[in-house]
Amino acid sequence: MTTTLYLPMDTTALSMGADDVAKALEFQTAANQQAVNIIRNGSRGLFYLEPLLEVETAQGRVAYGPVSIDDVESLLAQGLLKGEPTHPLYLGLTENIPYLAKQQRLTFQRAGIINPLSIEDYTKHQGFSGLSKALALLDQSRQSIVDEIKASGLRGRGGAAFPTGIKWQTVLDAKVSSPEQKKYIVCNADEGDSGTFSDRLLMEADPFSLLEGMIIAGLAVGATQGYIYLRSEYPQAHKILEQAITSAYQHHYLGDNIQGSEQAFDIEVRLGAGAYICGEETALLESLEGKRGLVRAKPPLPAIEGLFGQPTVVNNVISLATVPTILAEGAQYYQDYGVGRSRGTLPFQLAGNIKQGGLVELAFGTTIIDIVNDFGGGTYTGEPMKAIQVGGPLGAYLPEQQWHTPLDYEAFSKISAILGHGGIIVFDDSVSMTEQARFAMEFCAVESCGKCTPCRIGSTRGVEVIDKLVAAHQQGEPSNQASLHELLVDLCDTMVDGSLCAMGSMTPIPVKSIINHFADDFITDLPTKHVEKVLAVSAKEQN
Amino acid sequence: MTTHSKTQSLEQTISAIVEQKKDLPGALLPILHDIQHHCGYIPKLALAIIAQALKQTEAEIYGVISFYAHFHLKPHGKHTIEICRGEACQSMGSMALEQAVKKQLKIDFGQTTADKNFTLEPVYCLGNCACSPSIKVGDKTYGRMTSEKFSKLSEQLSLYKISLSEEH
Repeated sequence: MTTTLYLPMDTTALSMGADDVAKALEFQTAANQQAVNIIRNGSRGLFYLEPLLEVETAQGRVAYGPVSIDDVESLLAQGLLKGEPTHPLYLGLTENIPYLAKQQRLTFQRAGIINPLSIEDYTKHQGFSGLSKALALLDQSRQSIVDEIKASGLRGRGGAAFPTGIKWQTVLDAKVSSPEQKKYIVCNADEGDSGTFSDRLLMEADPFSLLEGMIIAGLAVGATQGYIYLRSEYPQAHKILEQAITSAYQHHYLGDNIQGSEQAFDIEVRLGAGAYICGEETALLESLEGKRGLVRAKPPLPAIEGLFGQPTVVNNVISLATVPTILAEGAQYYQDYGVGRSRGTLPFQLAGNIKQGGLVELAFGTTIIDIVNDFGGGTYTGEPMKAIQVGGPLGAYLPEQQWHTPLDYEAFSKISAILGHGGIIVFDDSVSMTEQARFAMEFCAVESCGKCTPCRIGSTRGVEVIDKLVAAHQQGEPSNQASLHELLVDLCDTMVDGSLCAMGSMTPIPVKSIINHFADDFITDLPTKHVEKVLAVSAKEQN
Repeated sequence: MTTHSKTQSLEQTISAIVEQKKDLPGALLPILHDIQHHCGYIPKLALAIIAQALKQTEAEIYGVISFYAHFHLKPHGKHTIEICRGEACQSMGSMALEQAVKKQLKIDFGQTTADKNFTLEPVYCLGNCACSPSIKVGDKTYGRMTSEKFSKLSEQLSLYKISLSEEH
């Protein structure tokens, strides 16, 4: 009898040696004359357990992890193929692992369960039922599809949290500039925020759900061409997406006549080229048009004049991949999750110095500390937590007194922080808050598109002022330090007021969060060797 | 191959790519990706060919190439090593790892080792943030990297180069 094994092929599993484990399993089972079928699934998102090996049993899928090649022989010897519990890496039924069992998986309902490249597997797990619903609604009107998304309360999951239904409505109502032009659906898969990987995991574990969401968006607004703008740092997601698209064409989910409906939709993947700013929607459109990724002034909104000057929906991967669930289950089903104006679920991403990092999809409203403790299990190093950065490089560093903030968009904006794309990065007490503030400015200097002066030059000045502050502190010049401090705050305000997009206007968020909430550490906690460097530079300048 | 015929074959490769892609809407990035994929970098002579096909100036093409960190006008070493500098990796000691790698390879970011084996580049997030710190070599990402693991990896990669050159 052939036993079915599952071993993920997502970037994280591969980065922890999943391919080597697969080879060892093939070799060892062949040597033992054991018949196995190894399915390379997507990850469940329990990254601390990767590579997570599962075996199909009569009771369900049984998990072992994290597995290294050195474990393969002993796993097989101790009854891996029967799902026996004697091996130290035994985790029981996958579904019952608390990290997974406690989640509310809507968008990620299939992640790690199916073979991401099998359209049959996707269809067997409710795939394309949202599309069927959308095609049925289309008999009434495009408007009825848009209404469903509006009623769900879905907001853009890229970070800006703009209501998706309203964006779709604008594109539906907008007219193309001439009859030979068309409307576009652009998927923003330029997931550049450090500490985030939900887009990547979705694309690598369940790519058809993204394609399905884009097709539905096309039907809703009357667009026939879709582009996925994918960052070049994600080669594995690229490979999987390309294969999924080819398969979707073969099965008539893409092309001129989707499932016999006479509706047309095409999707093409376009690769970015290592520019963080292209995650900003107007810079992304410039890049898609073959230009430098310079931010555009708004208005006009991309929904009215977007790609090639035509009405364009620009949505994040998670927003689009959530659309099929909303259509399939109904707006109310989705609306029932969440709090206040933050409806539905958000895939939170536990990252950085955390014992149990991974993807945690939950309804809005849980507190940060609950996720970090209940799921994350504290720091990886075992040292006390010092700061938690939420929402990527433009997000605030939160001190302990803010860790009980509920994870919803409004609660975060009240404390001058952002939820962004849902990344949660934990730092232990070895972190230098001065270094993090300096890095926020440095990152902006590297990644600014250069269009707005406060962002382009202000970021470089920000790095310099922080270095001068360190020097003034070391040399015991309190009055100089006070005026530099004032200058830094002033610089932050100028960047906020004088930048077109979030890059320049939000870089001050992490910096100011450190100035305000880590006042005892800011400037004073720089490691000695860095202080020496800063002093050497300032001495050179004085000579 | 002589330098002249090498240039000629490079020109042919580039012209074929440009011809194939030039009618795509927003063709420039796909063209540049393809050229870099086939040639390992974007040779200077590509600029004129692309500019002519897209009816743009060479300066415009250069402007786009220089905007994006991914594109480079000079050949890289056999392996491009990217070290993640994102905050998640920083929280797990990536800055110290970065220093150790630079010291070990005796190069800074943007440089290539004397044996042309490695080019070192910074990268801002590889999306592997639950298993930080991460580096990427070619298309492969490695999690939970340490300076010791890196030593072993770079040794293996050096050996790999030798075995390849023996085959040819």
